[in-house]
Amino acid sequence: MIDERLVLDANAVAGDLAELFGIDLTAVIHRCAHCGNLGPMATLLAYVHGPGTVLRCSVCTDVVVRYVRTPWGTRLDVRGAAELRIELLG
Amino acid sequence: MPSQPLGWKIATVAEIRDETSDVKSFSLLVPQWQTHRPGQHVDVRLTAADGYQAQRSYSIASAPGPDGRVDLTVERIAEGEVSPYFHDVLVTGDEVEVRGPIGGYFVWEPSFGGPLLLIAGGSGVVPLMAILRERAGVDAPVSATLMYSSRTWDDVIYRDELEQLAANEDGLRVLHTLTRAQPPGWTGFARRIDRPMLEEALGGIGPQPLTYICGPTLLVEAAANGLVELGVDAGRIRTERFGPTS
Repeated sequence: MIDERLVLDANAVAGDLAELFGIDLTAVIHRCAHCGNLGPMATLLAYVHGPGTVLRCSVCTDVVVRYVRTPWGTRLDVRGAAELRIELLG
Repeated sequence: MPSQPLGWKIATVAEIRDETSDVKSFSLLVPQWQTHRPGQHVDVRLTAADGYQAQRSYSIASAPGPDGRVDLTVERIAEGEVSPYFHDVLVTGDEVEVRGPIGGYFVWEPSFGGPLLLIAGGSGVVPLMAILRERAGVDAPVSATLMYSSRTWDDVIYRDELEQLAANEDGLRVLHTLTRAQPPGWTGFARRIDRPMLEEALGGIGPQPLTYICGPTLLVEAAANGLVELGVDAGRIRTERFGPTS
């Protein structure tokens, strides 16, 4: 059972995401590949207490992003995100 | 390559202050610090002699300043790895690794306007305090209400400063609720945040405040869902779940 009290949001892993993508992702709009919900990445539910990190859609709870760090690098799976809307910095 | 990668920097502890019996604030001096936005956080990394690393996120409590100084407020989690080190080991002059500022969603700047409804549970008040400190420093600040849930009166972080800010009579209202125990003569709320309390907050500030909610997951969801049921546009509500991540 997952203790729902331990669920965070993706803001908590914004540093990891910025390290992977080179930009802040929390305000980037994503589209969930499962239910189509559009929302800021920061609103994804973050499950951070396992060996890897899982980010789930806040509407349908399907997996949007997952990654795991190893001593050799990071494995990143973003197939749950149908789209990321990254705006150019003005 | 990004022009400015989010790299780790060595920060120096300039000052440590007690806030409550299990909460302390740490002023860090960070070299080449880029000014932060109220609501952002930093990642802190500790490395043991054998190479083992522990990393946590801590919200920035201070308003942006020009001097490369950031204040973090850290609650001691008994079984934690990082917070006990901060509380029991770290002294002025020590160095810690930080990276940041981080986050572009749970942020507020004076140009965003208001009115502001800030809802906090426990140490979730920290990023909201950065917002209130920034707000207090501008001319003609927007009206704001802080609804703040703590266990007891002695657990209220920034208690004196919040009273001073509210006494400025510049449009800030602070509503406390004490969920576990209340001092004699307590006239504030004494239960978890619920719909009547949210109605009370909205009554003083209008139906569509720009809302920031930070605290434990259950509080965040209860407050956000309650506000949406009361007609607040979900697009006006930003949340940050603040878990027991030690």
